[in-house]
Amino acid sequence: MTRARARSFPLAVLLTAVLVASGCGAGARTEGTTLTVLAAASLTESFREMGERFERAHPDVEVRFNFQGSALLAERVRQGAGGDVFASADRAMMNKVVRAGAVAERPRTFATNRLSVVVPPDNPAGVRALSDLAAEDVSVVVCAPQVPCGAATERVETVSGVRLTPVSEENDVKDVLHKVEAGEADAGLVYVTDAEAAGKKVRTVDFPASERVTNEYPIATLEAAEHPDTAEAFVEFVRGDRGRRILREYGFGTP
Amino acid sequence: MRNVPRPRGRTGAERPVGTPLPLWLPAGCALALILLPVLGLFARVDPARLPALLTSPTALSALWLSLRTAALATGVSALLGGPLAVVLARSRVPGTRLLRGAVLLPLVLPPVVGGLALLYLLGRTGPVGAVLEQRFGLTLPYTTTAVVLAQTFVAMPFLVVSLEGALRAAGTEHERMAATLGAGPWLTFRRVTLPMVLPALVSGLVLTFARALGEFGATITFAGSLRGTTRTLPLAVYTEAQADVDAAVAMSLLLVAMALLVIVVARPRAVG
Repeated sequence: MTRARARSFPLAVLLTAVLVASGCGAGARTEGTTLTVLAAASLTESFREMGERFERAHPDVEVRFNFQGSALLAERVRQGAGGDVFASADRAMMNKVVRAGAVAERPRTFATNRLSVVVPPDNPAGVRALSDLAAEDVSVVVCAPQVPCGAATERVETVSGVRLTPVSEENDVKDVLHKVEAGEADAGLVYVTDAEAAGKKVRTVDFPASERVTNEYPIATLEAAEHPDTAEAFVEFVRGDRGRRILREYGFGTP
Repeated sequence: MRNVPRPRGRTGAERPVGTPLPLWLPAGCALALILLPVLGLFARVDPARLPALLTSPTALSALWLSLRTAALATGVSALLGGPLAVVLARSRVPGTRLLRGAVLLPLVLPPVVGGLALLYLLGRTGPVGAVLEQRFGLTLPYTTTAVVLAQTFVAMPFLVVSLEGALRAAGTEHERMAATLGAGPWLTFRRVTLPMVLPALVSGLVLTFARALGEFGATITFAGSLRGTTRTLPLAVYTEAQADVDAAVAMSLLLVAMALLVIVVARPRAVG
């Protein structure tokens, strides 16, 4: 405003800013054990149940989930965002984290998943097979190739020979599902587990090539884990009998 | 400002009022919060890969799409939002105050909510979208038009607010004088009103352009994301961040550079 004030605004403020920056934000921990699990968006429903069961077995533990695209989570882990357990929707994203030295032990595969075509309940475009999606007047939404479900979609295209011309490439499988649920796309490619979770809001069109393209879901405890023992117990729970039963309930394959 | 007691000297310039010390610490924190993340972005840049990343087809197509859509959104805002500002500033119809508040809605709403609102109105199953599709064969989602609409929705209020404020501050004195001299409403508007608020109009347009350029939430929700059609720079940054962080950072720099350019162009009028 006044010229005097503008002039009296020295660059030193910037240095002060840098110095005080570390004091500007601080976090506080509460009592009890809070386990932070970073899990692929496609694990949302199954891992929620997993968390409830695990908490029942370990009353002093609270499981907190961060469900997002695996690629986004992997990048967060690489940048040191913290967390106790990471469950990825494919091996590529887990390998990223492994290469960064952020996992405490060798990742183990705990589930498999495959893709399925979903259409709105009234199937406006009359989709009956994967090849129908190649038609020009069928609006198809898929995952971007940068994320696991998109990588799987590309493999489906290679294996089946069907070339898709999507109207949109979403960043996360749930976004694809929502577009189809809302009737804003004629078809989408999502995991069978997501199709299952959506229930009657979508119809599923299975296709043979899907069997030949499976995603392996690895899980690992993280180097930065605040509660390594509880983290390990959670991983064992997921891979154990009860965990496998839950995963199969939600449509996953188990190794 | 007017009520602040002046120092004894004749003018304030002789004895400037100092900045109170207790303000410096929070001010420093605020500045750190604004500047450090941007500096951090620069620190993350891989200089060896930068030129290639900045000129990659992905980055260029996103940049070109962003510039095109933001320019169109600014144009639409000028054509529709400009007249709205005039009406809001000059009309004496009851309820204008309410409307003035409503215009602020996109500024306050999270853009994702705006995107959802657009989708449920203009999407294939929306009340307006369904009519558009059945009567005219028009589908808006997943088109570049949808991007422009989303950007206009979010950015137009910047123009309306700044222009309306300028119009009200300028008052109607000069216009009434023009009228007594025999000028009709249209001539008065062109020769008196418009030149009076031109600076506010320009800075409003620049801000609108900047906001449209940075639009993310409404775009990805309403228009989707596809290279060359709907994937503007912010969307491309988000998608690339999933796989190649260096590419995402490079594209972020493009956005930062454009933001700085906008500030340099618009700041003296908008803030000063």
